[in-house]
Amino acid sequence: MIFVAILAGGTGTRMGNMDKPKQFLLLGDKPIIIHTIEKFLINEKFEEIIVLSPKQWISHTEDLILKYIPNSNKVKVIEGGKLRNDTIMNAINYIDNKPDIKEEDIIVTHDSVRPFITHRIIEENIKYAKEYGACDTVIPATDTIVESTDGNFIKSVPNRENMYQGQTPQSFNIIKLKQLYNNVSEKEKEILTDACKIFSINNEKVFLVQGEVSNIKITYPHDLKVATSILKET
Amino acid sequence: MINTIYRLVSPKLIEEVYGEVNLENNVIVRPTHLSICQADQRYFHGNRDPETLAKKLPMALIHEGIGEVIHDETGTFENGDLVVIIPNTPIEDDDIIAENYLRSSNFRASGFDGFMQDYVISDPNRLVKIPNDINREVAAFTELISVSAHSISRFSKLAHKRKNKIGVWGDGNLGYITSLLLKIIFPESKIVVFGKNDEKLNLFTFADDTFKINEIPEDIKIDHAFECVGGRGSQLALDQIIDLIHPEGTISLLGVSEYPVPINTRMVLEKGLLVFGTSRSGRKDFIKTIEIFKEYPRVLKYLENIVNDTIEIKNLEDINIAFEKDFNSSFGKTVLLWNK
Repeated sequence: MIFVAILAGGTGTRMGNMDKPKQFLLLGDKPIIIHTIEKFLINEKFEEIIVLSPKQWISHTEDLILKYIPNSNKVKVIEGGKLRNDTIMNAINYIDNKPDIKEEDIIVTHDSVRPFITHRIIEENIKYAKEYGACDTVIPATDTIVESTDGNFIKSVPNRENMYQGQTPQSFNIIKLKQLYNNVSEKEKEILTDACKIFSINNEKVFLVQGEVSNIKITYPHDLKVATSILKET
Repeated sequence: MINTIYRLVSPKLIEEVYGEVNLENNVIVRPTHLSICQADQRYFHGNRDPETLAKKLPMALIHEGIGEVIHDETGTFENGDLVVIIPNTPIEDDDIIAENYLRSSNFRASGFDGFMQDYVISDPNRLVKIPNDINREVAAFTELISVSAHSISRFSKLAHKRKNKIGVWGDGNLGYITSLLLKIIFPESKIVVFGKNDEKLNLFTFADDTFKINEIPEDIKIDHAFECVGGRGSQLALDQIIDLIHPEGTISLLGVSEYPVPINTRMVLEKGLLVFGTSRSGRKDFIKTIEIFKEYPRVLKYLENIVNDTIEIKNLEDINIAFEKDFNSSFGKTVLLWNK
């Protein structure tokens, strides 16, 4: 079985002084999160679409889904966690309660605010998560990345050719993800900002799926302006 | 849902644009195999007059292709069904005039976006199911084959019954497909192909005879003719046809020309010829074509011979490479394995 977790756990503090999280803002005629859910809804490979929402926004999310998606019985809204990995693990725990989870089952995790994801990216995530146990969607870095540990001075400038920018989906073998996460100490969990890191610190391979520059994350008000204007071009 | 569309904005420049699509009352098709047509090449290389380019672009190219049904809220198809997408899109019904001749009809990659999209959103009526085990590279250009099938259907209705010898002018893809279908549909008739290039004519192994247009024996006469030349060659082809055809024969015109083509009307009159144009195709022609595939599997085998190149498309650069390769090939179809 293949599950998708739509990560809508964040409350969008980077979006300025807005009273609702960024995934609920309108992009064209529909909220961003609805556009994102629809991309997975049309793909019958997914057993269930698990939407992880901040607790106080669960009812709102459910109402939106009912309003915009008539046949939404494959969509389930559950509570997200405090941090990104907590949110993913909430999805894993939800799936874990199902009786028939098998060794080959995978989960595709995707930001609710990346509605421009393409068919190829989804299909390759499924393919490579099955083949390698984990994959991450990335694009080659266009800006030079500099590393600084004190925020004042450069510590190093890694070779840009080896640098990629992470997008989503990130996709995993469910059982393996759970096992590896349980191997990580509580202290390490606090600095695990990325789910793929659970694999890499356990010396497990994570395959790179080629993303798209257009697979943007609508994080800042500027991003929403960009998304709205490119959608208007048609 | 947001769909990504890959539009030609100016010659050789393709850009991604995004549009909101409605899932209700539509079938969502993921294109899998596409095929480049001469019409696409004319847009891609800017070989249309500037007014036409300004009017039509930006627009997604490609009107020959198949895909997989991903999602269907109309209940017409099962998910996973393989379908051919009909580019002609009528907006009215007419009892007399075929859908492909209605001036109000739209056409993909001519009046509106073609198949270069993440998903093609279609009315179920514009999709025809094809067997999942079909050769998909050949099925990619079902549309072109249906154009020949359509022309032959009209010929069947209009031509008198003496069909001892049918001539096909043109040794390109359309000439190959038309002469092949003629041989299948009229097995008793002798199919004679007239072309310019020995190498190409050698591929027409199913034909009863092939001739170079400058080496035609004097005693050759034909009952009916199909003109699949187009362009500047149309005039010479028509001159030869009118010269070699028996009285009251039919001439089916399929070759598209950008230029007005002079016709020797005196001889058309004297011989009482029936000259008719055929263009594009409609739903019933697609259905007929798929029936031919099922009934005569050897047609598919012959058609495999004209798949010149199959190119996987993973990014915009691949599209440019495929169009350039197709442009530089003298014969055969270029199939795009759509993985963008």
